[in-house]
Amino acid sequence: MEILGLLGDGMLIALQPLNLLLIFVGVTVGLFIGAMPGLGSVNGVAILLPITFLVPPSGAIIFLAAIYYGAMYGGAISSVTLGIPGASTAVATTFDGRPLAMKGRASLALVTAAIASFIGGSVANIIFTGFAPVLASVALSFGPPEIFALMLLAFATFVGLGGEDIPKTVLSICLGLVLGAIGFDQISGAPRLVLFDINAFLQGIGFLVLAIGVYGIGEMLWTIEQTRGEVENNTPKMTARGMVSDAGEAIREGWKGTAIGSFLGFFVGILPAAGATPASLMSYGVAKMTSRKPEQFGRGSVDGIAAPEAANNSASTGSMLPMLTLGIPGSPTTAILLGGMVIWGLVPGPRLFVDESEFVWGLIGSFYISNMAALFINLAFIPVFIWMLRMPFTILAPMIFVLSIVGGYAATRDMFDIWLILFFGFGALVLRRLDYPLAPAVLAIVLGPIAEPTLRQSLLLSSGDPMIFFNRPVAGPITIIAIILILLPALKLLRRKKPTTAVGE
Amino acid sequence: MRYGEILTAGVLALFSIYLMVKSAELPIGFIRGQGPGGGAWPFWLSGIMLICCAMIALNWWRRTSPPSQSDEPFFDNHGWRTIGLVGGGLIAFIGLIEIISMYGAIAVFLFYYLWFLGRHSLALSLILSLATPLLFFFFFEGLMRITMPTGMSFTDPVFDFLYDIIY
Repeated sequence: MEILGLLGDGMLIALQPLNLLLIFVGVTVGLFIGAMPGLGSVNGVAILLPITFLVPPSGAIIFLAAIYYGAMYGGAISSVTLGIPGASTAVATTFDGRPLAMKGRASLALVTAAIASFIGGSVANIIFTGFAPVLASVALSFGPPEIFALMLLAFATFVGLGGEDIPKTVLSICLGLVLGAIGFDQISGAPRLVLFDINAFLQGIGFLVLAIGVYGIGEMLWTIEQTRGEVENNTPKMTARGMVSDAGEAIREGWKGTAIGSFLGFFVGILPAAGATPASLMSYGVAKMTSRKPEQFGRGSVDGIAAPEAANNSASTGSMLPMLTLGIPGSPTTAILLGGMVIWGLVPGPRLFVDESEFVWGLIGSFYISNMAALFINLAFIPVFIWMLRMPFTILAPMIFVLSIVGGYAATRDMFDIWLILFFGFGALVLRRLDYPLAPAVLAIVLGPIAEPTLRQSLLLSSGDPMIFFNRPVAGPITIIAIILILLPALKLLRRKKPTTAVGE
Repeated sequence: MRYGEILTAGVLALFSIYLMVKSAELPIGFIRGQGPGGGAWPFWLSGIMLICCAMIALNWWRRTSPPSQSDEPFFDNHGWRTIGLVGGGLIAFIGLIEIISMYGAIAVFLFYYLWFLGRHSLALSLILSLATPLLFFFFFEGLMRITMPTGMSFTDPVFDFLYDIIY
């Protein structure tokens, strides 16, 4: 009851006119920044941080948290409408969001993303409100072996994400991981894999460079080659009745993915090294594995959109938990928020809930209000995004190319990366023609820099004994589940091949 | 397509070997007191890539993968032409960025695509080609404070004029 009282007070703070205005402006700005390929919540929060010094600290963090929320909703927009994940958190949304849009159901995809994000955010807010201190201590008990086991589980879901050609899927995962290892060795600091002795590789290959190359340039070249540039525009006009009907379908078809994403997303989000990207990916994998219609995933499954979208929103709220309670940021965006709090004279940590109770509960109250505002603002803008899709393909295609190049440059500010984007685009076209799954490579380049140091730290802890991943109470079961998941598709394939061989003989 | 499958597997196998060699510039084994060496992670992953390439080649030889059974050409003449025109346009676009600025390159690329490839009217092509970079300029430079390449010095007067508006 005491918590409800504090939450009520917090909501009253969030509903003060200035704070409410900051929430609406923040969510709207975040939505558009998130929808822009190359720009994500981290850019929005970083760029607008100086503006927040004009308002009191509670209003400032409410504004930044609203941008964070808006950007998380916005990431799905470019994934669905353009097929380019604006941020790593929205990669998994592309898998089914884009195919659904290509079928003329972009509004269903966008409405599903909005509703799932709202539910994911709401579930996370409730768990956050009720169990913040307990969950913070659970998160802290995750050491390198547990985090690596989680990464292994994420990689195991990749094998399920790929096609039936397992060598090509595994190759794609390894390629992504190796590309993610280019630059400097994170532990010794020594230059590593400076390809062809080109010094520009010292800065590594960012996730966005590969993602924009594969999904922006590669996808468009593929579409142009396959359709000979004559893409039929079958996106219907958006009506209020259509949106209501889509909302009903989104809830009916996507409830399971939403539930998986909401809970799994929050849990992964609170882990300091993980965050919203592994959360969305793992939720997608788990939703596919537990679905009665797994074959529909990758072809426009509503569950396939709901799971990652619920997860990335839930994880965003979850990642605030270690930041506020322990002073450990769970993602780059929360790291900037943490910096902001320090500048405002607030010290994150266990004492924050006691010393700055009004601030903390005002922020938590604003999560609820921001989530609600993000849902309504997002739904209100969906007709605009649908209108964009109705443009002739010969206008949409060059715009996507331009957005890819400009977005890529905005993210890295390096011309070498722009050439790499083009190279990856052509490479993706060739590999896709030969049935290589590319999504695992893109996801592996994100998770590789988390997986490698945790593996090395774990092996250092155990003096090189890999049993450390099996004999710890949390890491052990996760590792075993991951291994089973890796072996399962291979076994299925072997069982399926046997009768074919027999008939052939 | 069948030829493309084995050729790509071969190129990827060579790339894997190259990656293994590059990774081996750092220690690839377990160092007592330090854990796995800096090259271990990429070395062993590249090794797995090489094994995968061998399996892809085996599947090609046994004709079990769809591309290895296909007699279709990798791209037909129209496909090569389309990729050439669009891809060539993109290469020119990126090449022009450091000469006539990001915004100038956007205008040229959009005009080329809309008017030449898209066969839109001259008026529409011109309007979109000029309005889009302007919009991008005010969004990135004005709102987001992200500076894009301004090209060679002959573009300075244009940018001086535009920066006067936003600053």
